[in-house]
Amino acid sequence: MIQANSLILSTMARVLLPLQLLFSVFMLLRGHDLPGGGFIAGLIAAAAFILYLFAYGVPAAQRLLRVDPRTIAGVGLVIGTLAAVPPIFFGLPFFTGLWWYPELPLIGPVSINTPLIFDIGVYLTVVGSVLTIAIFLAEAEE
Amino acid sequence: MPQVAIPVLLPLLMGAISLALHRHVAAQRWLGVIGTGALLASTLWLLHTVWHEGVVVMHMGDWEAPFGITLVADLLGAIMAVLTGIMGFATAVYSTATTPRGHEHFGHWPLLHLLLAGVAGAFLTGDIFNLYVWFEVMLLASFALLILGGERAQMEGAIKYVTLNLFSSMLFLSAVGITYGLVGTLNMADIAVKLADVDQPGLVTVLAVMYMVSFGIKAAAFPLFFWLPASYHTPPVAVSALFAGLLTKVGVYALYRVFTLIFTHEVDFTHEILLWGAGLTMLTGVLGAAAQFEVRRILSFHIISQIGYMIMGLALFTPLALVGGVFYIAHHIIVKTNLFLVAGAAYRLLGSYELRDLGGLYKHRPFLGFLFLVPALSLAGLPPLSGFLAKFLVIRAGVEEASWGIVFIALLTGLLTLYSMIKIWGEAFWHGTPEHVPERDVAALTGASPDRDLWKLYLPIVGLAALTLFIGLYAQPLYELAEASAKQLLDPQIYIDAVLGEGSS
Repeated sequence: MIQANSLILSTMARVLLPLQLLFSVFMLLRGHDLPGGGFIAGLIAAAAFILYLFAYGVPAAQRLLRVDPRTIAGVGLVIGTLAAVPPIFFGLPFFTGLWWYPELPLIGPVSINTPLIFDIGVYLTVVGSVLTIAIFLAEAEE
Repeated sequence: MPQVAIPVLLPLLMGAISLALHRHVAAQRWLGVIGTGALLASTLWLLHTVWHEGVVVMHMGDWEAPFGITLVADLLGAIMAVLTGIMGFATAVYSTATTPRGHEHFGHWPLLHLLLAGVAGAFLTGDIFNLYVWFEVMLLASFALLILGGERAQMEGAIKYVTLNLFSSMLFLSAVGITYGLVGTLNMADIAVKLADVDQPGLVTVLAVMYMVSFGIKAAAFPLFFWLPASYHTPPVAVSALFAGLLTKVGVYALYRVFTLIFTHEVDFTHEILLWGAGLTMLTGVLGAAAQFEVRRILSFHIISQIGYMIMGLALFTPLALVGGVFYIAHHIIVKTNLFLVAGAAYRLLGSYELRDLGGLYKHRPFLGFLFLVPALSLAGLPPLSGFLAKFLVIRAGVEEASWGIVFIALLTGLLTLYSMIKIWGEAFWHGTPEHVPERDVAALTGASPDRDLWKLYLPIVGLAALTLFIGLYAQPLYELAEASAKQLLDPQIYIDAVLGEGSS
């Protein structure tokens, strides 16, 4: 494992981590109509954690994550599968997109929809599985 | 109607939850049993609906056919789905007591659910490209299940398994590409309609043969069946049993679907090849089994020979032959899985699958002997068990068509199957316990050191044996189901109308 002897890397990893995570959420939310989406956003978030992992090592990255990445992937899959179910209660086939436009205080009208829920599932699945692989490889190298 | 999608979504969801609970093996086990039980219930609901209301169709995401992905359940698809449910439930119960702890920690349960989702998806999809995707899901899950544990023999088998199956997938994908180029659609019902207007009979026949070879590999038909006996005996026995029951039958199902719905324009040519393939598959499988002395390998080779009978039903392409073929698939899945489960119980007692290390089972466990005889004699086709009726139907169809060659091969194969079953019976059950068997295993056999989990092995075996007896003694319900599904297969218009809407073609 390349342990962080570089001051630049370890500092930048700390600075970039929150920025990258914010950017990934931005990509996730704009993904339905514009370039972006759950998959690419998941990769960006995973990249943030991997940079931290390079700088501070596996145990530090695991502490930062708090949960096992496999659990994240599992929860993501559950969310993604469940996103297919709601239309059935409206007499529509599975996977039909449903859209709500609630008015939120301060923010105004937003769109909540089943494709977005599905995308969140994809996001978590990608983060979980990429990090599982990355941590496994890093541990194997040690 | 939602019935048709539940058998696909349910195992996907169960697999996802099992993955999220990957630290809690006990919870995964419960979820495995409950989830597969629910799968069985949902498939029975589906079959009930299809039986009473005809072909059930659902356009995913509300995108009408032929543009979206359609899930379709005709009677054949629904019967296959029910069999998937039964096998999933039986092997899940069996897995709770037999799967090594390490395998459970490394994802046995999520993969099991994923495999069932792939199999159910393949049976219920109405889209040829989607069928390819489900094949890949199945291949992925089964490959991971094969190599869990990472023993040398497993790796060796898995590499052959994955190489040949990838070759088949590649061929399948190329065929799908050519199909799309010819007719511009991927919906199977729509392909069937549009292909009739394509004015290139040569190209269509080539396409048919590409599908045939690709599905033939998946079904372990002659000549590309090597992957099956190389790999099926390597994973834990519950996994072997599930593979033996379901995986090759997905290939057979795909052949049935494609060669009754889409490629019926040149039956003399395509179904003649299928008939030759069926005969050679039967012979090579059963002769291969005669040379084996490891229980699971004997049983693996018999899967191949039995596939021959199913393809024979399709190749003869008469109403009776298709009834026999469908009946045969249902009978075979139940019986073959059960034989693997019995072999697993014998392993539990004596610690080996080699015939020379087995013996004395009948003396100390007469009930297990009975439980072996039911599926074994059924496999060989002795009355009054389910296998007799299944063989009788396909062979009768052969006699009516005056295809004496294939009838002779089918009868000979039945006889040689009996030889193999008697070999296992004689060595493992009647023969005395060999002297080199360790003290510990003898104690397990005689019951001196009781095994508290043994009932979890017996439960599915007894259930499946009861099902075999039931089909044999009271065949009317299954026969009627098979007859009705053969009627649907021979009249593709029913399927096409259900998917595309009345009067669309």
